[in-house]
Formats: sequence, C-alpha cells, structure tokens
Amino acid sequence: MEIKLLSEHYDKKEFQSLQGYKKYGGYETLKKAFSMKPEQIISEVKDSGLRGRGGAGFPTGMKWSFLPQNGEPRYLLCNADEGEPGTFKDRLMMERAPHQLIEGMIISAYAINSAKSYIYVRGEYNYPIKVLETALREAYDSGLLGKNILGSGFNHDMDVYRGAGAYICGEETGMISSLEGKKGQPKLKPPFPAIKGYLGKPTIVNNVETLAAVKYIIRDGAKAYRKHGTEKSAGSKLFSISGNVNKPGTYEVALGYPLMDLINNECGGMKNGRKLKAVIPGGSSAPILTAEEVQKTTMDYECLAQMGSMLGSGAIIVMDDSNCMVDLLKVTLHFYHHESCGQCTPCREGTGWIHKIVSNIVSGEGRLQDIDLLEKISKQMMGRTICALSDAAAMPTLGFITKFRDEFEFYVREGRSKVKEVMAHA
Amino acid sequence: MFKLSDEGVAYVKKELERYETKRSAIIPCLYRVQSENGGWVSPESINYLSELMDLPVAWINEVFHFYTMFNKEPVGKLHVQVCNNITCCMLGARELTEHISKTFEMGIDELSKDGKITLSKVECLGSCDTAPMMQINDSYHENLTPESAVKIIKDMVHGN
Repeated sequence: MEIKLLSEHYDKKEFQSLQGYKKYGGYETLKKAFSMKPEQIISEVKDSGLRGRGGAGFPTGMKWSFLPQNGEPRYLLCNADEGEPGTFKDRLMMERAPHQLIEGMIISAYAINSAKSYIYVRGEYNYPIKVLETALREAYDSGLLGKNILGSGFNHDMDVYRGAGAYICGEETGMISSLEGKKGQPKLKPPFPAIKGYLGKPTIVNNVETLAAVKYIIRDGAKAYRKHGTEKSAGSKLFSISGNVNKPGTYEVALGYPLMDLINNECGGMKNGRKLKAVIPGGSSAPILTAEEVQKTTMDYECLAQMGSMLGSGAIIVMDDSNCMVDLLKVTLHFYHHESCGQCTPCREGTGWIHKIVSNIVSGEGRLQDIDLLEKISKQMMGRTICALSDAAAMPTLGFITKFRDEFEFYVREGRSKVKEVMAHA
Repeated sequence: MFKLSDEGVAYVKKELERYETKRSAIIPCLYRVQSENGGWVSPESINYLSELMDLPVAWINEVFHFYTMFNKEPVGKLHVQVCNNITCCMLGARELTEHISKTFEMGIDELSKDGKITLSKVECLGSCDTAPMMQINDSYHENLTPESAVKIIKDMVHGN
C-alpha cells in the first residue's frame, strides 16, 4: 500500500507555489524547528533512523554529527544531480513540491548551523531548475530565506547551481569539485566532506529526498516516522519504477515493502501479461535479481544487501522475458564507460574494456573465454578506485554474467541472441 | 570575433560576484556563451571568456571539455537528444533513433542536410517512466513512438 508522506500533495498543481504550499501547512514545521535547539533536531533525525536516500544509505543524523566544532563556516549541499539510470523521483519532487525541499533544507541548515546552501541540479533538468528558482524567489520575498528568518535570528542563503552533464557529479566529492568550478572529479576520502568539503570547509551533502524527509521527521517526530518501515530501514521511500509494467511511475511505500506487491499492485502488473524475467532493484549499478529472487525480495537496505544487491536510489527497472540480457549489459556498460571521469586506471581502462568485450559478443564475435575474462576484469575493478563508479560498472556485470550465463554462452556459440533480434550496431 | 551582448557581459559580471569564488562562475558563463553563439562553444569564445572573466584559459577549457552539455562543434537549431539508456532501450529508443536518422538523412552527432537539426544519443535523462523519450533543446518529449517523434521534430522545424 502506498504511504502519502513526501508525495501527499503531488497531485495538486497549487502545491508548487508558496501560497499553495502554505495552505497545506507549509513552513509551519520551520516555525516548530526554530522553537527547538539545533541539537534537538539532530537527535530527532538520528532517532528517526533516516538513511541517505540518494544511494549509499548512510545514516543522516550521524553524517551531520561528523561536523567539526571549530567555528568554521559550514555549507549544506543538496544533491539533485539525479543521474543513476532508472531514477526520476527527485525530479518529480522538485517539480511538484519545491517548497517541501526548501523547508527541509532550511531546517537542516539550522540544525547544522549553516549560513549557505546550494541545490546542485543536473544540467538537463531545465524545468525543475526554473521551478526551484521561482520557489526561492518566493521564499526570499516572504522572509523565509535571508537575514533573521521569521524573526528567529537565524540567517541563511540558498542558491541553485546548474550542472552541465556528468553522472560523476552525483558523487558527493565530484559534486563539490564541480561546484568549485572544476572538472567533476571525485576526491580521496578521508578527509570526508563533513571535515573538508566545498572550498575546504566542512560540508554536508544530502539527497533531495533525504532533506525533504527531515521536514516530516520534525513535523511528526522521530517515533511517528519510525512507525513506517523496518527497524533498520525506517520510514517511507520514493521508488522510481520503469520498464515492462503497466503503470510505471514514482510510488512512495514503507521500506520493507515486498517487491512483487509493488509490481502487481502499484504498477498494475506486467505489461501485455508477459512473464517477469528480472529486476534491477536500485538503479543500474545494483546487481540484477532473477524472477525467482524477486519473489522473496522486500525493499529495504538489509534484504537487498542479503540478496547481494542494493536499495541504491530506489530505481526499479522491471524486465519481461522479451529482453536479451547480453544486449542490456552492453547498454549499461556503454553508460559507465562514457561517464568514467578518467582519474583511476581500473575504472578508465576497465569500463572501456568490459564494454568492448560485451559489444564483441553482441556483434557475434565473442569467444567463450570472454565470459570468464569479463568476470576477472570486473573483480579487479572493485575496491581499487577513488570513488564507486568502477564498482558500479563491475557489480552489474558480475550479476548479469552469473545469473544469465546461459544467455551469454548461447550468444557466443550461435552468434545471436537466445531471446530476440538485437540491433548489434546501435 | 565572438563577443557577448551587453546583457551577456552584465550577466557574466553578476555571476562572478554570485559565488564564493570566481571560478564557480565558469559553468554558468559557458552556458551563456553557448546560447549566444548559436548552441555551441567555439575555441575563440573560450579565449574571449577567459579575458572577460580574468581567469586562466586552462580553467575554462577544463570545464568546457569535461561536461557533455557544452557542445564542441556547431549544432542545428534543434538539438534532438534521444535517451539511449537502459529503460528507454528496452522500450524501443534505438529503433526510434534510427527512424529519426533515416527520415532526416543524418547520422549520430551530425547535422541534417539543411543544417537545422543535430541528432544525438544521450544517457539517462531521468524520465524512465515515460520511456522512450527525447530532449529537444531545453524541453522533454515523452512516451514516444518513432512516428510521433518524427512529427514533433517536423513541427518544430516548421516553427509550429
């Protein structure tokens, strides 16, 4: 069953404007937050069990508590560089409920004592950027941003920064490099951004959905938020569902929700009544699940880790039996090869190499030993680079070739797909 | 010689003041150059921008080359970018791309004969629930078929 927390008012056009947002209690939570001490907000967020909704799932309250207490200015950076293939939930939130994000950000900024924040939005999101800019203007005009917000004595400035087309800028240190006006190349950690981030200053980077959730945690309290979800995966989550289902879209459910229920109930089942073949549960970096595995999957951090995959950004790609796995791995690897920033050898060389091998198989020029070679290279690409992009290419590769090995072997032997005619040249 | 309009120069001055460091203004200013230069960033405009911003040309080049949204060569008035990532490919993006390519007789990243259209394949645009989809200049076009995509492009070429 869907839960309407973050997505409650998505269907109302007026919710986009400040006036409309206020009709549904908008910015009342901010007033409540100002009546609390910053430490109380941080502990409420810690108690809520909220974990980062962008992909890594790191506990938000804990991330905030890493900030050094040395009086240096802190920055809050909202990660709206939604680029993980299959993910579109943040775009919808920025378009439908921009003030919900802004309110969550002001509360978060107050909690961590930050005077300046940026919303870093991917460059392609032209419309969401326009909506956010309008919303920010409204917020400034109503004294919700700037000096002495609502008479609280708290000052905060917020701005939108438009990226320019680079998946790697969704990695938090890559995003910081980009905001500094450089190539979006990730930096070695430690030091983590909370210690040394934007311009070398302590910086907290949180996803759009995470920051919006903070508003609801402060509005209803940590206990109420925890009523949804499981013990270790608390709260609700926005899932972006696409592929061969009848009703693709964004759905908000409690963490721990059965994946099959999402497909059958929320998404109206498989399109054209075809058979389920596989599901990518957390964006294209997450190892694929077979139809059999999908039956026992619940959508929470623990279950997906147990299944050898991950919840990631909550992007679910549903595939029916008309899909060729060799072909789809080629498409996926083209992406990672294209997006590698080129800093680290295992990633720069590895993503290109495995993409070429799979392309050769698709062209009918594969050799049986290529499948083992794919496995060997993928394993060497993992855990050896500055950021996780290399792993993000290697993990799905291992998933595809392990779980659908027969399709890869068939393709090599016969020089064609077991499933369908593939556009080898495209 | 490339030069920004007076409004463009004022925009650059404002962006230089907007962030903590001048360097952060490079991305927004490159966007401005691109839009005033017919959709791409020429080598001479990079030198011009470097002087205008008083920043090393290497810094501008670094940003220009890294990000895909800055066009390295001239593009048509309509830049048709078809998402060719996983969900879109599952739902026919490649067949759609090929249909556009054949209809307008142009290859990928090439200009159409009349110079009005450039066709590109791009990575996930975050609109997978409406796949297949494409972006033309700044706007998204969703739930496409090969025929509807061609019709949209033709209508735009004819200025409707």
